[in-house]
Amino acid sequence: MTQSKDFHIVSETGIHARPATLLVQAASKFTSDVTLSYQGKDVNLKSIMGVMSLGVGQGADVTIKTDGDDEEAAMATIVEAMETEGLAE
Amino acid sequence: MSNNFKGIAASNGIAIAKAYLLVDPDLSFTKTTITDVTAEQARVDDALKAASADVEIIKSRAEKNLGADEAQVFEAHLMVLSDPEMSGAFKQKIADDKVNAEQAVKEVTDMYIGMFEAMTDNAYMQERAADIRDVTKRILSHLLNVALPNPALIDEEVVLVSKDLTPSDTSQLDRQFVKGILTDLGGRTAHASIMARTLEIPAVVGSEVATQKITAGVTVIVDGLTGDVIVDPDSETLATYQQKAANYLAQRAEWALLKDQQSVSADGKNFVLGANIGSPKDMDAVLENGSEGVGLYRTEFLYMESDHLPTEDEQFVAYKAVVEKMAGKPVTVRTMDIGGDKNLSYWKLPKEENPFLGYRAIRISLDQTEIFRTQLRALLRASAYGNLWIMFPMIATLGEFRAAKKVYLEERAKLEDAGVSMGEIKLGIMIEIPAAAILADKFAKEVDFFSIGTNDLIGYTMAADRGNDKVAYLYQPYNPSILRLISNVITAAHNEGKFVAMCGEMAGDPIAVPVLMGMGLDEFSMSAPSVLQTRSLMKKLNTVDMKLLAEKALDAETNDDVIALVEAATK
Repeated sequence: MTQSKDFHIVSETGIHARPATLLVQAASKFTSDVTLSYQGKDVNLKSIMGVMSLGVGQGADVTIKTDGDDEEAAMATIVEAMETEGLAE
Repeated sequence: MSNNFKGIAASNGIAIAKAYLLVDPDLSFTKTTITDVTAEQARVDDALKAASADVEIIKSRAEKNLGADEAQVFEAHLMVLSDPEMSGAFKQKIADDKVNAEQAVKEVTDMYIGMFEAMTDNAYMQERAADIRDVTKRILSHLLNVALPNPALIDEEVVLVSKDLTPSDTSQLDRQFVKGILTDLGGRTAHASIMARTLEIPAVVGSEVATQKITAGVTVIVDGLTGDVIVDPDSETLATYQQKAANYLAQRAEWALLKDQQSVSADGKNFVLGANIGSPKDMDAVLENGSEGVGLYRTEFLYMESDHLPTEDEQFVAYKAVVEKMAGKPVTVRTMDIGGDKNLSYWKLPKEENPFLGYRAIRISLDQTEIFRTQLRALLRASAYGNLWIMFPMIATLGEFRAAKKVYLEERAKLEDAGVSMGEIKLGIMIEIPAAAILADKFAKEVDFFSIGTNDLIGYTMAADRGNDKVAYLYQPYNPSILRLISNVITAAHNEGKFVAMCGEMAGDPIAVPVLMGMGLDEFSMSAPSVLQTRSLMKKLNTVDMKLLAEKALDAETNDDVIALVEAATK
């Protein structure tokens, strides 16, 4: 069962540099596939280049999906990273 | 004849030293067809591993030299090097096209660089393209077995000249030896510029021609204050710049001492030196330069940088941030000044023959009162967190001020009924229309303060747009006609015991400041980097002498006469 969650990006700089780095680090800890979707495009959340190529800015609505053995733990970690960094609500 | 040129001034100061050309090694290669896909893919893995090892070393050096925050970028580089999608794409390319690893790396990274550079509305992402170039060079250098030049090897005083400075270059800079930075590419927000300012190394970036015009070992002057670059100067130019460099260092040291001091004349009269801002982001500079207030907060940027009319809460957050940062020092907020040359993408104003004489600023606010009320409520709520003053722009008549004040009082009463806490707020007007300057004595009875906006006041008084080259000569801030208007405003305010500020460019102009001190202007508000310089100037001037100077200036005939009077009086 794939986990899926929507986020509204509130961070002033969107998902760039440091926030992107932290999200990729969080996703990379897990074996599940982690996908970030924005404006109809899907990228691998374990790929910094993929994440940055989306150009997610402040006010964007994105969806994150996790799929695999540790999908629940992966989603929980990502949600936590989003919140502690004040990235999304 | 001249090899001199100009770039973008990116980090203050003047550097004079021999040029050190940081040129890339030859990373060219030929595209070849390979047969052993697995072996070629293994070369990619090895190069990525070796590149990561390099970046680890650079990162730890950067942490030591620059601190953890500045070393963050190398964490991103490491992630790029371990990016599963990117290394997957390298290997896919090798397998599909049977090309050598170098070719695969180049094609894939070019694709990413192109993608980031195409984000033309996002300067940040465009500059990240430079990061990918940096990483790519490192991968290729390992595939090709060539060494990348290392700025850490520099052991004499130099001006570093390069196309662009990558983070791995700047992290290895030794301030003891690198006296200046000069690049072909980049803007003020590029990595090289940010690093140069952090390290306090004078820098000129975006010169386009630096690496072509400069040969290794030639003496170069980099003026990070103006963007000027002088190549192989004659002895006279060299002496001039040595003096300038010494003056700058002496001045900077002197100004830094004034940061926490009051703004006071030689004879002990106090003035207020404020800073002009357009957003809460400008507050660092305001505080670093020891400003005693925010004399002008241009709120229209909130409207212009948004894709919708900013909500009450959005505005409240911004205003609150500014007043809190000023910790009780006054913050004068100007209500929205849209129109003229400032337009909104999401709200088209009617096209006008003369927008500067048209529907603008308070004229819009009094017509579209819902927009005005939203802004006033945000300001009233934010006033609880500090010392907030409000001024209305483009006031021509007392009727306009009274109408604006009425709306303000209505919103204040509503919030009071709702139990919202608010601070005392001073209510004033911008003096930028000659009609209000002339009738200042009447206005002074009703407002709490004036703030003179000289840019528009001069434009409207001389009936000339200084952006128009053909009539720009009419932009004469020291013309006695302008000075008489200003003097009239100051006198009118003081007769009623009211406060007068100035928030136009004139307030930080070293020719105007002595005259304005003589007239008794209370607050001078300017761009933050001018504050300490002006405080230093004030310290040297005596208000008794400046009063005499102001009297002479008011009786002068021309703009040039006034300049001559000021120069004579302040020698």
